[in-house]
Amino acid sequence: MIPDRPTKEDDVRYMVMHYQTQQDEDGIPPSLEKQAEIGEYIQGMALSGVFLTGEGVASSARGARVEVADGTTRVIDGPFAEAKELIGGFAILEVDSLDEAVEHARKYALQVGTHRVDVRKVNEFEDLQPQTSQ
Amino acid sequence: MPVTEQSSAPDDPPRDALDRRVATLWRMESPRLIARLMRLLGNLDAAEEIAQDVFVAALERWRRDGVPENPAGWLSTTGKYLAVDRIRRRDTQRGKYRLVAASTPATLEPDLDEVVDADLADDLLGLIFMACHPMLSPDGRSALTLKLICGLGNDDIARAFLTRPATIAQRIVRAKRTLAAAKVRFELPTGTERTARLDAVREVIYLVFNEGHTPTSGQHWVGAELCAEALRLGRMLAALTPADTETLGLLALIELQASRLRARTGPHGEPILLEDQDRSQWDRLLVKRGLAGLDRVEQLGGTTGPYALQAAIAACHARAPRAEDTDWERITALYDGLARLTPSPVVELNRAVATGRAYGAEAGLAVLQPLLADPQLRGYHLLPAVAGDLWCRNGTHERAREYFLQAATMTGNGAERVTMQARAAACAGGHPQAGAAPESGSGSGGIG
Repeated sequence: MIPDRPTKEDDVRYMVMHYQTQQDEDGIPPSLEKQAEIGEYIQGMALSGVFLTGEGVASSARGARVEVADGTTRVIDGPFAEAKELIGGFAILEVDSLDEAVEHARKYALQVGTHRVDVRKVNEFEDLQPQTSQ
Repeated sequence: MPVTEQSSAPDDPPRDALDRRVATLWRMESPRLIARLMRLLGNLDAAEEIAQDVFVAALERWRRDGVPENPAGWLSTTGKYLAVDRIRRRDTQRGKYRLVAASTPATLEPDLDEVVDADLADDLLGLIFMACHPMLSPDGRSALTLKLICGLGNDDIARAFLTRPATIAQRIVRAKRTLAAAKVRFELPTGTERTARLDAVREVIYLVFNEGHTPTSGQHWVGAELCAEALRLGRMLAALTPADTETLGLLALIELQASRLRARTGPHGEPILLEDQDRSQWDRLLVKRGLAGLDRVEQLGGTTGPYALQAAIAACHARAPRAEDTDWERITALYDGLARLTPSPVVELNRAVATGRAYGAEAGLAVLQPLLADPQLRGYHLLPAVAGDLWCRNGTHERAREYFLQAATMTGNGAERVTMQARAAACAGGHPQAGAAPESGSGSGGIG
């Protein structure tokens, strides 16, 4: 028999963040084939009814970083070293479980081509309520 | 809602990672797989049976060899293989999944791919049309849709509808029998027939949503699950028919209504009326999506459809930072439009509330009066609740008190009864609180 569906979790949104490639950082637009793959992936996710929103970001050369040391802010203009340690974009998915979000992340990693995708639960209103000690 | 038996095994035994993964993949991939098989085989039972076989084969195979990098591709290829095999040898094939588990899909003949290389989106839409077929009973349609299109098991569906799995199984069997008896096959109608079938699908989605959204079911978590499924279905349908304004309108409507789910009950499960809700608790992402969907409807020129109108009403509430900022004149105009398009006593009742807010209690009472004798609203507790509110605003406190008491006796919701009794008592003292009107909600079924 097919195993039963795992018990549904209470919280259902995950932010799926992919890391950028050196090519992304160099500002080289994806090939037509790659773009078609991305399009197919997004259409697949839309057909699953789980895609809420998502964005991609440009090369870090067009961004900046704010750092705080001893209460003082310092702005560093891009590009940054370690291009592959930077987030390239995100999608917010409404799913049943972490398992389901991970399955979409796997597809993304393979189909769109990146070395790493982080899957993180989106905090819901309830998660942000102060803990009462009872 | 009938009281139901507890689900038999609330605590699942610990399952291994593969079991969990396969169950998750069933939820994600089985609708597409069944849709494609349905198109190939022309028979729903056979399609479901083969889909089951494919997953059983997957479990067996993957436990031995590990999960392939593209499990969805493996499932789809194996499904094709079994379907073509079934077509070729229409005889019984016991143990066929063992056969597949032993051979690899790579041994498929290449030309088989071409046989079945149709558009996946079409397959899925065809299956949705079948599950939501107008000839099926509303119960049958919802159950079949949740099973086939959402990939839920009978237990999940039963829990969501507060009934027993056996009841759901029976509804599904009956629905399938009806389809089989009428020889309903995979179909993608065009023109007005397509519009009619899409209307039927939207009806199912909104029904499932309202089943979850209605506060009388009491248990919030149960309702939330049905709302989530309706949202998933709405998003699927919107992806399948991206230029259909009524589908976009429906999705905008349920996303806007769902944005308030969290704010509409208090810590003890008591309903909180729209005007009293903490708007900072509204889900901003859903509001944003709902409003964007409505913009798209406008761009496509579809603002006059019934779902688009209801979404526009919901949007008026969503756009108001505070209850007192609500554009009641616009809401009244939208209800006027809705009443012309899809007249019903419930729409009229909502129109009475909106008119009362926009143009004063007298104007609201003028809309309400004819409804007081409407047999369709007999037993509907929101009728006296609205009447009480309008008379109260009008300064006719004794009359308002009678209506509030009537509403208190009629409601099935304990917390609502308390609210109505309190308002009645306030009227008796001659110092009625300026309570909120029973929420006019955002649609024909959307009071509350």
